Amino acid sequence: MKPLEIADKIKEKFPLEVLDVTSFRDQVSVTVKKDRIISICKYLYEDTDIRMDYLSDLCGVDYPERRFRFEAVYNLYSLKHKHGIRIKALIPGKDPSIDSVVQIWRGANWYEREASDMFGIIFNGHPDLRRILMPEDWEGYPLRKDYPLKGPENREYEGYEKIKELHTHDDEWGIK
Amino acid sequence: MKRPETNMDNRVENNPGIATKELTLSMGPQHPATHGVLKLVLDLDGETVVKCTPHVGYLHRGVEKLAEHRSYLQIIPLTDRLDYISSVANNIGYCVAVEKLFSLKVPERAEYIRAITGEMARILNHLLWLATHALDIGAMTVFLYCFREREKLLDLFERLCGARLTVSYPRIGGVKNDVDHKWLKDLYRFTEEFPMRIEQYETLIDQNRIWLRRTKGVGVISAEEAINWGLSGPTLRGSGVSYDVRKYMPYGIYDKVKWKVPTGKNGDVYDRYRVRMEEFRQSNSIIRQCIKKIPEGPIMADAPKFTLPPKDKVLTDIEHLIHQFVLITKGPQTAPKGEIYVSTEVPKGELGFYIVSDGTGRPYRMKIRTPSFVHISALPRLCEGNMVADVIANIGSIDIVLGECDR
Repeated sequence: MKPLEIADKIKEKFPLEVLDVTSFRDQVSVTVKKDRIISICKYLYEDTDIRMDYLSDLCGVDYPERRFRFEAVYNLYSLKHKHGIRIKALIPGKDPSIDSVVQIWRGANWYEREASDMFGIIFNGHPDLRRILMPEDWEGYPLRKDYPLKGPENREYEGYEKIKELHTHDDEWGIK
Repeated sequence: MKRPETNMDNRVENNPGIATKELTLSMGPQHPATHGVLKLVLDLDGETVVKCTPHVGYLHRGVEKLAEHRSYLQIIPLTDRLDYISSVANNIGYCVAVEKLFSLKVPERAEYIRAITGEMARILNHLLWLATHALDIGAMTVFLYCFREREKLLDLFERLCGARLTVSYPRIGGVKNDVDHKWLKDLYRFTEEFPMRIEQYETLIDQNRIWLRRTKGVGVISAEEAINWGLSGPTLRGSGVSYDVRKYMPYGIYDKVKWKVPTGKNGDVYDRYRVRMEEFRQSNSIIRQCIKKIPEGPIMADAPKFTLPPKDKVLTDIEHLIHQFVLITKGPQTAPKGEIYVSTEVPKGELGFYIVSDGTGRPYRMKIRTPSFVHISALPRLCEGNMVADVIANIGSIDIVLGECDR
């Protein structure tokens, strides 16, 4: 099936949810509201003609100027029919939360943890939403656009102080 | 899976005085068999793994954040450091994605050179994988045999571009250096003797009783489950799914050469090992066909807005110098607005680049979907309920590199 046909089917099934359909270099993005993301994904997963069984990628994107600051981007692919589509769910900056799709694709588990680690998006219903790449006591969300490239200025990571404390007795114990 | 009953169980059951409790074992981050800085927290009941929690992020360097502050050209060296074992495959993956964004057509000769180096990277990666995986399970000899061939291929890379490991060889729109006749001839000689070497590795381990006991029926994952977890590459194909990006979404010249996608049946460690051994032969055959078919012609696309001018012109001509300066420091100023997700088949699986371009010379957002990240997320599924010694076999069989996982 052509990606635009899939987009039409989504539009037909969820007329109130689909906000925009764009096509660029033969790839189609469907922008949707975040509220019924599980129903949309379940439909794409279960419909026999579409059958998006493979979650290629899931990530967040930050647009600080927009009304809906965050986007959760789902790159879906069907190994059965060899077609793909991209779903983008809009998430407001004030309450950055969206339902988790782990129940549909188990591979979404770590993608969602990463998006939550990097952007502060909360995935409701996720089994284990700890930080994944950053240390657990890290403050701030590194991939947000307002986060400086070199990290917060004039402030060293507190975890480093703890490590230094751990090593204060090295001399007494003869550890070098 | 139920744990087989042992003598210890009987002793404990018959002797109410012995108290048993679960043991929490921290494996890593500096454990040689974890192939990098991966920490696994294992909850053990005897020798059975009850719960496995991977901790990653020790090698996090913020490549995605860095990429937002670099021009498109400057990102190529960053991609080397993702999967440093097969760096050229990462470079190609990134370049293919950016070329699709810019809508660039790469000359055929460059495509052939990319396919040759890409398959060389696959052989390099699988050699290192076989060497370390066999070493983990206890077959020491294979390690040295594999490194003998690896050395020859690394020498060829050195002759091609000056670097052995982090090569940064492809460019957006082509490749950096042209290959000469002598280089192709030497590579062809390598491919002539390599099938014999593969047989050597197989005689070492394929019929080895210890190897079979350690790999057969260990870490089984069904095809449906493997797809649901998002596994890719040989790890997925071991379960019998013939998903290979080179066949499903052909890029470069992969639809012009003849090759097969090897698959397994049982989805255990042994089948994943067999798939990779077959991939040696397929990659070898692709390289041979490419060497025979490679046409003459340019190695860089003729698209001055996106590709660097030739170096000799830059050194003698002011216009070309300015052109190069702008492209290097600011990036292409006419990048189209849009977003793309392009995936390529690297030795470990599907490497995807999701690039959002806002029309400046830098990507607005670049997400890298790496196979290792997904494979480690499925590690608890493979390990839980099995013996602690099988954890090592499982880690080896999913072929991970932590530089790629943590980015």
